[in-house]
Amino acid sequence: MVAASGTSGKSPRYYPAEDVKAPKPSYKVKQNAAKVRKSITPGTVLILLAGRFRGSRVVCLKPLESGLLLVSGPYKINGVPIRRVSQAYVIATSTKVDVKGVDVSKFNDDYFSRANDPVKAEGEDEFFTGDAPKAAIVSDERKADQKAVDASLLKAVAAVPMMEGYLAAKFSLSENDRPHKMLF
Amino acid sequence: MPFTRYAEVGRVVLVNYGPESGKIATIVDIVDQNKCLIDGPQDITGVVRQVIPFSRIALTDLTVKIQRNARAKTLKAAWAEADTLNKWEATSWAKKLAAKKKRASLSDFDRFKVMVAKKQKSAIIAKKMEELAA
Repeated sequence: MVAASGTSGKSPRYYPAEDVKAPKPSYKVKQNAAKVRKSITPGTVLILLAGRFRGSRVVCLKPLESGLLLVSGPYKINGVPIRRVSQAYVIATSTKVDVKGVDVSKFNDDYFSRANDPVKAEGEDEFFTGDAPKAAIVSDERKADQKAVDASLLKAVAAVPMMEGYLAAKFSLSENDRPHKMLF
Repeated sequence: MPFTRYAEVGRVVLVNYGPESGKIATIVDIVDQNKCLIDGPQDITGVVRQVIPFSRIALTDLTVKIQRNARAKTLKAAWAEADTLNKWEATSWAKKLAAKKKRASLSDFDRFKVMVAKKQKSAIIAKKMEELAA
């Protein structure tokens, strides 16, 4: 009589002659969709806290895939062009502008990627004297896009009384302001 | 100068501290030297009937004609008869509290509008002063 085996279930009818390695789990990092603060929606007026345009009040146009926000001054009002801005350096106010009529479908992260400059072979002297500040060259494409977006954006801004002056003014704290108690 | 604002049954008080702070209520009974029983009435001011120390309330000038331990129904009727809520809101004390609250709830855009209004007001005053000084 064959003794009852200790293992439960029958052994499989087939198994390979050599051991087959089980595939290792993939450690590829899964990227989740970028989280945008609930208070930031298209049309929200944002206060920029850092960077070249710190203190400016600006209209948020849409969140981009990378998590950055697409933003425009409008340029005519406060000099802020169509630009990407990080959520972390922004205060979202409760004021909103109706930007439903503004077409921003062509803007994405690739639009803003740096054009590859040809690598310059620098001599030692040039290295030590440093770079002279280069004037920013704004491409005609950018200027045209700015005009197109701002045409409809300015109309939306004009619809709200005093909004133009508000966007033109810069935000700053004065002596009796308590930012932790202020509502934006 | 004698005292005129007594902590008595029927005195309308403003709660200063605790979860009901900022609301008004009526003294319905005195417990001892340090505490009293107050009631909103709950339907009008939102303050439930509770014992509260005097250190947490501020007496107002208003009173309501009620007897000691008046029920909520009687209290509510007395308030309606004396029109206490409107009388309170007409006082400058209540108006100052309301203004403070409004100021704290302004958005950034509202604050901008206030700033512009202040500038316009002072421009008008300055112009008038210039006319008067001439």
